Amino acid sequence: MTDSRRIMVKVNGVDYERWVEPRRLLVDFLRADLELIGTHIGCEHGICGSCTVLFNGRAVRSCLMFAVQADGADILTVEGLADAAQLHPLQEAFREKHGLQCGFCTPGMLMTAYEFLNENPDPSETEVRKNMSGVLCRCTGYKQVVDSVMEAAQQMRHK
Amino acid sequence: MKPCAFEYLSPQSVEEALELLDRYGDQAKILAGGQSLVPMMNFRLARPEILIDINGIKELEYIKTEDDELVIGALTRERDIEQSPLVVEKWPILSKAISFIGHSTIRNRGTIGGSLVHADPSAEIPTALCALNGKVKVVGPSGDKILEPEEFFLTYLTTSLEPSDLLVQVRIPALPQKTGWSFTELSRRSGDFAIVAVGILLFTETAGVCREARISMGGVAPTPVRAEEAEALLAGQKITEKLIAEAAQQAAEETDTEPDYHASAEYRMEMARVFVKRGLQEAWNMVNGGQ
Repeated sequence: MTDSRRIMVKVNGVDYERWVEPRRLLVDFLRADLELIGTHIGCEHGICGSCTVLFNGRAVRSCLMFAVQADGADILTVEGLADAAQLHPLQEAFREKHGLQCGFCTPGMLMTAYEFLNENPDPSETEVRKNMSGVLCRCTGYKQVVDSVMEAAQQMRHK
Repeated sequence: MKPCAFEYLSPQSVEEALELLDRYGDQAKILAGGQSLVPMMNFRLARPEILIDINGIKELEYIKTEDDELVIGALTRERDIEQSPLVVEKWPILSKAISFIGHSTIRNRGTIGGSLVHADPSAEIPTALCALNGKVKVVGPSGDKILEPEEFFLTYLTTSLEPSDLLVQVRIPALPQKTGWSFTELSRRSGDFAIVAVGILLFTETAGVCREARISMGGVAPTPVRAEEAEALLAGQKITEKLIAEAAQQAAEETDTEPDYHASAEYRMEMARVFVKRGLQEAWNMVNGGQ
C-alpha cells in the first residue's frame, strides 16, 4: 500500500479536494470517489472509449490516466453537458436521431463528439465517422450515431 | 483490471527526473502520455514499483526550428504535432503519419517521446522518423547522446536506452523544396495497429529524375526498416511505372516478417510490396505532377 496523495480538481465547475491512492484510475475516482457514475467503464484498456471525459478541454480516456495526474485539472463529464433541465444540443440530437439503444457507450460518444464539434463545427460525414470510430457501440451499427452528430453540428451552427 | 500499487513521483524538471532515474533506475518506469503503459499496468503486464510521471516537466513540451531542423520536445502531444501549422507546412509526412495513430483521444495524450521509447515495430512515429532521417536526444548519467534510429531501435519494444536515461528531444532535418512524400498503412479497422505502415520521401532536382528515395517500412521487421536496396534502384533514375514496381518488389524482399495474431508473414510481405508501390506512385505524382 502506497501513501495517498491529496488532489484538488474541478469537475463540471465544482471544486473537489480528495485523498487518492496513486493507482486509482481517473475513471474510478470520478465514479467511486465523486459518485459521478455517468462516465462508464468498458474495457479498461483504452479501446472502447466509453470512459471519455474532457481533461483541460481535451477528450481523453479516463481509464488511461491516474487520479493523481488530475491534480489542478479542469474536467468535464457527461453530467456537465446539460444546462440544468436543458439538454445540450448533442444530447437532444442523440435522442432525436436514436443515437443510442442501451446507452452504455453514450457518455463516451457525447464527450468525443463534444470536442470534435468544438474543433470542427461543420464536419463532413466521413470526418464524423473517422472521429467517432474511437468509441465502440454494440447496438446501433453507428448509422444513428453519425446522424446524431451531424444533426447536432447543424443545430449548434444555427445557435 | 486495476494496476498494482506503486510509488508515484512527479518531477517538475529534467534535472529532477534524472536524479530520480539515477536513484531508482530499474525499479522505475517513466509515465509520459500513458497510452501504452497504462493499459499494460491495468492488465498487470507491467508492474513498476515506482512510477515517475514526467507530465509536469513543461520544458519538454515544444515544437520549434533550429537551423532549419524541426526540434520537438519529448513530451509534446501527438495531436499538437499533427495540428502544428509548422509541421503541416514543412514536414507534412509527420503530421500524416501521426493521424494514423489510434484515435484523436489517444493522440490528445500520447507523446512523441513515449511512442519512440515504446518502440512498437508497427508504430507510425518510429516509421516516420526513419524516413525523415530524424534523431533522438537522450540524456543520462553518461552525458548527452544523439542517436540515429538504427542505433536507437534494437528489436521489438526494445531500445538502446539505459534504465537511467531519458529521451528529451527529437530532431528532424529540413526537407528539400522538391519533395514528394506519402504515408500509408494497412489496418483492419480505423485506429488499429498497422499490419504494414510505409513512409516514402522522394527528392528531385531534374524533371522526371529522382535524386534520392527513402522507403521506410513499419510492421514488417522487429524494428522499422529502410528498404535501402530498393532506394538504390530509384536514386538518380528516371522514374517509370516499371521501375516503381521493381523497387516495390525489392522493398518487400528487404522485410523480415513473422506471422502473428494479425497477419501471416507472407501476407505482410505482399502488403509491404503493395503499399510501397502505392506510396511511391503517390509521392512521385506529388513531386512530378504535370511534368
